[in-house]
Amino acid sequence: MPDTLAAPAATRPTGWKQVSLQGWGRSSLSPCLAARPERLRELHAALDAPEGRTLIAHGGGRSYGDAALNTDGAVVVTGRLDRILGFDPATGELVAEPGVTFADLLEVFLPRGFIAPVSPGTSHVTLGGALANDVHGKNHHHAGSFGEHVLWFDLLLPDGRMQRVSPESDPALFQATVGGIGLTGIVAALCLRLTRVPSNALAVSRRRVRNLDGFLAAFEAAAGATWSVGWIDALAGGASLGRGVLETAEPSEARVESRPPRARRFPVDAPGWLLNGLSVRAFNELYWRRVPAAGQQATVPYRQFLYPLDAIDGWNRMYGKQGFRQFQCVVPPGPGEAALRRLLETVAAGGNASFLAVLKVMGRDGPGMLSFGMPGYSLALDIPARPGSEAIFTQLERITRDSGGRIYLAKDSLLSAEGFAAMYPRAGEFRAVRERVDPQRRLSSDMARRIGL
Amino acid sequence: MSDTWVILGASSAVARAFAREAASHGAALVLAGRDMEDLEHQAADLAIRYGVPAMPLRFEARDLATHAGFVAECRRRAGDGLLNVFLAFGVMPDQAAADADPEVAAGMVEANFTGAASVLGALAPVLEAQRGGTVVALGSVAGDRGRKRNFLYGATKAALLVYLQGYAARLSGAGVRVLCIKAGPVDTGMTWALPKLPFMASPRGFAAAAWQRAGKGGGSAYLPGIWWPVMTIIRLLPTPIFNKLNI
Ligand SMILES: Cc1cc2nc3c(=O)[nH]c(=O)nc-3n(C[C@H](O)[C@H](O)[C@H](O)COP(=O)(O)OP(=O)(O)OC[C@H]3O[C@@H](n4cnc5c(N)ncnc54)[C@H](O)[C@@H]3O)c2cc1C
Ligand SMILES: NC(=O)c1ccc[n+]([C@@H]2O[C@H](COP(=O)([O-])OP(=O)(O)OC[C@H]3O[C@@H](n4cnc5c(N)ncnc54)[C@H](OP(=O)(O)O)[C@@H]3O)[C@@H](O)[C@H]2O)c1
Repeated sequence: MPDTLAAPAATRPTGWKQVSLQGWGRSSLSPCLAARPERLRELHAALDAPEGRTLIAHGGGRSYGDAALNTDGAVVVTGRLDRILGFDPATGELVAEPGVTFADLLEVFLPRGFIAPVSPGTSHVTLGGALANDVHGKNHHHAGSFGEHVLWFDLLLPDGRMQRVSPESDPALFQATVGGIGLTGIVAALCLRLTRVPSNALAVSRRRVRNLDGFLAAFEAAAGATWSVGWIDALAGGASLGRGVLETAEPSEARVESRPPRARRFPVDAPGWLLNGLSVRAFNELYWRRVPAAGQQATVPYRQFLYPLDAIDGWNRMYGKQGFRQFQCVVPPGPGEAALRRLLETVAAGGNASFLAVLKVMGRDGPGMLSFGMPGYSLALDIPARPGSEAIFTQLERITRDSGGRIYLAKDSLLSAEGFAAMYPRAGEFRAVRERVDPQRRLSSDMARRIGL
Repeated sequence: MSDTWVILGASSAVARAFAREAASHGAALVLAGRDMEDLEHQAADLAIRYGVPAMPLRFEARDLATHAGFVAECRRRAGDGLLNVFLAFGVMPDQAAADADPEVAAGMVEANFTGAASVLGALAPVLEAQRGGTVVALGSVAGDRGRKRNFLYGATKAALLVYLQGYAARLSGAGVRVLCIKAGPVDTGMTWALPKLPFMASPRGFAAAAWQRAGKGGGSAYLPGIWWPVMTIIRLLPTPIFNKLNI
């Protein structure tokens, strides 16, 4: 036998390929080199980016902006690392590789009576991406953010060491990595506690709300609900400013028949004129009218409630070639209420065709140094990328910042470095951890450079 | 006792997807390969997702002397159930590297052909004895006609196909099905860094199609099916024209 066999079967050298990536909003193209490890050993090897380039992990690519982009640098695509490594039905504790998605969890564990404790609005998000943005769901006011349910993770540090990190073993590194937009290392595995549910469905109730004050009161009244979310018609102004539909939900004891999903695909980039004020206005109006004045109750499968947008694959192409941006902020109760009004007025006045905006109550601060969560109201809305549309973000950033709120990095592509510094008071602690684990700044991203990290 | 699929080269992305496909149909798995850490992880994944037993087993295609013992171990692990085989291991260094270094060239022949023939040879009596079962092996469209770009690789796959034809004939009396899949490009680590390839299949879609095709019987089959017309044309091109093409 040739003696090359004696060497550890370090298979092929890492394949790097030139690609052009986009955030989910598709508002810009980012050329870079990409590796896609198929397994742990290849992940280790991929840390060695060619030509001394910086590196960032790229999960499901569901961040709207540039959190997972690294123009002229390198990215490590983690989607193929999708093995479920352990599950204990007694405790609900799951150990999984970072490329496992919420769709996987739903498929494998809902039939056994477990769901993810916290779930973003699309099931195509990976667990690694969920950790790195410390994502939240429609149950934030109860369950907090994703990172609160993570018991530990294995972090591949920039120097090649693998460290198991729990809130006890290394609190600073834990808190820097949860919500740390991939800048402390690459998560190679994580342990997450799933939540037990009685059936595959939830009991949902929907009702119309006339305006913003009505919404704030309705949320207050619905504080006991397990899940709650408000869909706002962001084009309605005047006395109807903030009108929309409030959805609340509880786990249902009764099952519903649920067919395996078959997503339709949005076929092409829509022409720019499709989303003009009129068509969006009509859609939003319909959405509002669909709910009878007396309200509506339904028992629906988790998938439908948690991931409504997943019914259309590639729906982001609806905004045409130029793409769109999302704005999401959280503002504190009190000053935040006036800020919400100003944010909605600014968008409505700009006539920026935005589909339904999402309003949510948030319950508490997240565990990460750069976690988005804080007590208050979160507002999210889409704005098509058109010449001049960036200006409106400057206004939205200003309003958010003045009210003591913050902008969500998972959705962001325009936040200024000063804005970031003002909104994320623990950024200094974060920098200190980064100095410890990545003194040479081998990890970086477009977002990191833009916001001054 | 349920059927067992022995996956040879189980760390391959195609093999991984096929193992999931088989597990989703209730099969037990023997995951044979060299990256034992990865095989352990995969075994856990299959057991949790599909509730089937999955066992890692070391396998080195080029270490011919170990094949008899390996096959005996597979037979033991399959218990009383039918043993089936999915052969996925293989390497594809580029032609220039193989031209420059005879070790590379010989290594590819050893892995893709010699190793395959050896382990299949060792499996034959076991398959005959059980009077049934299915063997699926991954050939390639590259085996249909030697192209400038990768004719040594193509030659190993062509040799594998011819071997499988005779193998199928030998085992047909025992009711064993033998299927050679002439695979088009699949989106795996083998093809990731290559320039864009036409009709790229996802491992998952490919594995589902392979499973379905295997249920229909032996022989050979192009996957994805579009490669049948494409390769028919390529095979029929007159040599002077073919030689001018840069494919
Ligand atoms: C339709 C839609 C609805 C959404 N709804 C919500 C919502 O309700 N709540 C919410 O909180 N968010 C929501 N999001 C945002 C989304 O949850 C986050 O952007 C999430 O981080 C995306 O994860 P991803 O797997 O796509 O990773 P990417 O977007 O590819 O990456 C996100 C970040 O994670 C890092 N990362 C990825 N993998 C790893 C790893 N293995 N190790 C270290 N870092 C890693 C990347 O470097 C990057 O900084 C939504 C997005 C969409 C498209
Ligand atoms: N991808 C395509 O486009 C394509 C097209 C046509 C045919 N095929 C064929 O399909 C099969 C799977 O390919 P893939 O794309 O999934 O590639 P892959 O990921 O590179 O998988 C190949 C596997 O073969 C294993 N292997 C290589 N040499 C071995 C040896 N000497 N002993 C044991 N195992 C060995 C490797 O094991 P290690 O992990 O230990 O290295 C690896 O897991 C291959 O036979 C390939 O030729 C692929």
